[in-house]
Amino acid sequence: MTLLTIEGVWKNFHGHSVLRGIDLEVRPHEVVSLIGASGSGKSTLLRCVNLLETVDDGTITLEGRDVTDPRVDVDEVRQRLGIVFQAFNLFPHMTVLDNITLAPRQVHKVPRERAEEEAHALLSRFGLAHKATSYPDQLSGGQQQRVAIIRALATQPRLMLLDEVTSALDPVLVVEVLEIIRELKQTGMTMILTTHEMGFCRDISDTVCFLDGGVLLEKGPPEKIFSDPDEARTRDFLRSVLEARRL
Amino acid sequence: MTDMPAGPVWVKSDRQVERERVRRARARRSASIATASTVVFVVLVGWVVTSSPGWPRVQDTFFNPEHFARALPDVLSGFWLNVKIFLFAEPLILVVGLLVALVRSTRTAALFPVRALATLYVDTFRGVPTLLVIYMVGFGLPALRLQGIPTDLTTLGVIALTLSYGAYVAEVFRSGIESVHPSQVAAARSLGLSHGKTMRFVVLPQATRRVVPPLLNDFISLQKDTALVSTLGVLEALRQAQIYASGKFNYTAYLVAALLFILLTIPMARFTDYLAARTRRRRGA
Repeated sequence: MTLLTIEGVWKNFHGHSVLRGIDLEVRPHEVVSLIGASGSGKSTLLRCVNLLETVDDGTITLEGRDVTDPRVDVDEVRQRLGIVFQAFNLFPHMTVLDNITLAPRQVHKVPRERAEEEAHALLSRFGLAHKATSYPDQLSGGQQQRVAIIRALATQPRLMLLDEVTSALDPVLVVEVLEIIRELKQTGMTMILTTHEMGFCRDISDTVCFLDGGVLLEKGPPEKIFSDPDEARTRDFLRSVLEARRL
Repeated sequence: MTDMPAGPVWVKSDRQVERERVRRARARRSASIATASTVVFVVLVGWVVTSSPGWPRVQDTFFNPEHFARALPDVLSGFWLNVKIFLFAEPLILVVGLLVALVRSTRTAALFPVRALATLYVDTFRGVPTLLVIYMVGFGLPALRLQGIPTDLTTLGVIALTLSYGAYVAEVFRSGIESVHPSQVAAARSLGLSHGKTMRFVVLPQATRRVVPPLLNDFISLQKDTALVSTLGVLEALRQAQIYASGKFNYTAYLVAALLFILLTIPMARFTDYLAARTRRRRGA
């Protein structure tokens, strides 16, 4: 039983194909990482799953339902997904608590009291209990991103999509965000993430996918991909990432 | 993307062909719903108006083709004066508005009196109805009998409109200036640019782009308000229509004036929409 099935997905922008026939299956509780150079299509793939982009061909099936059917209710699909962006995208005019309770209250019709109770529970679990009444611009980048993750969690999604969630953070703050993701994995959350943190990726992923020019070139367990990849391009990419790290 | 691997080639799947067919069908369906609801709406409104007891009378007084043709030349020649007033007033308003906004955004202590004056100007002229400003400038200024004060009513009308609209536009500019993020000023100042240079090269170019839609909105409003100058006795479109209406006891001339104003404002309105859409596209929404 798979949670998400991606079959032959194509996406074109201005006559240029960004995704070229992607196939991918994600089982419940699986953590899948997408790696590859900028422009390889990692983020676009996540945006297609979230229906922020319309695929130009192929199908995406979530819990047995074709979500790329034009007749599907996109809002209903997105209620089952959580996405976290690189730039946090918190609502600057709302407190942390209001950011987190917005969707539960407005979309899932949870009464205010219960929504806030649950939000407080999540905030304490991730060490942010004292920030409930703060506004996003009063928080550090790491705190903002943790709030963004909590905001996505608050709707109890079946699948979390994490799009380079640590790329805008300095190394010290990266750790606190990665810790949250690690904890999410322990609770059995299914996740697809794009990342440039290779050490973390190797550590947390069940499956690593290497994307190159819109093609899913290679896929496998992290030990295999990082130690003994089949494709020369995968090896080249990993080597250049390692070299950049050494500088 | 020169080093893109020689990967798969896209052949549109049957599923995608079917999906596009469904999308087209839905687009057609919403288009026909839109058309149908528009037709129903127009017919309904038309029926309510034309079946009203007073319609024949109204039709004769406001929509008389014969009077329309006879009033057109005079109203049209008056209308050119509206266009002229607008064309003179608009650049003046931009200059006044920008200057006042710049003065209000200075922080130098020595400039406090100028800043206070600018604030007083904005508060006053935004608070006073445009019609009153036109009366006071049009009848009050010449009554002073000062040397060099224009006595031409059209010029006085332009001055009055400039004073009134300058205050609005100053606030539009100021909100634009304040919407530019402080980090932009920090970046420019840290390069050694003075406050003035920072404004000129960094803040204003960004601010101006943001305020174009609200500015155009004010200008559409100005185009209509040129008709207020008629109260001074200037023979522009509205005044010409009034003259025709009181001479012939028929109001079709007003319809002529109304149509001319609409013809002038619609292109401006569409242009505003176009600019707004372009900004949205650039932001990549």
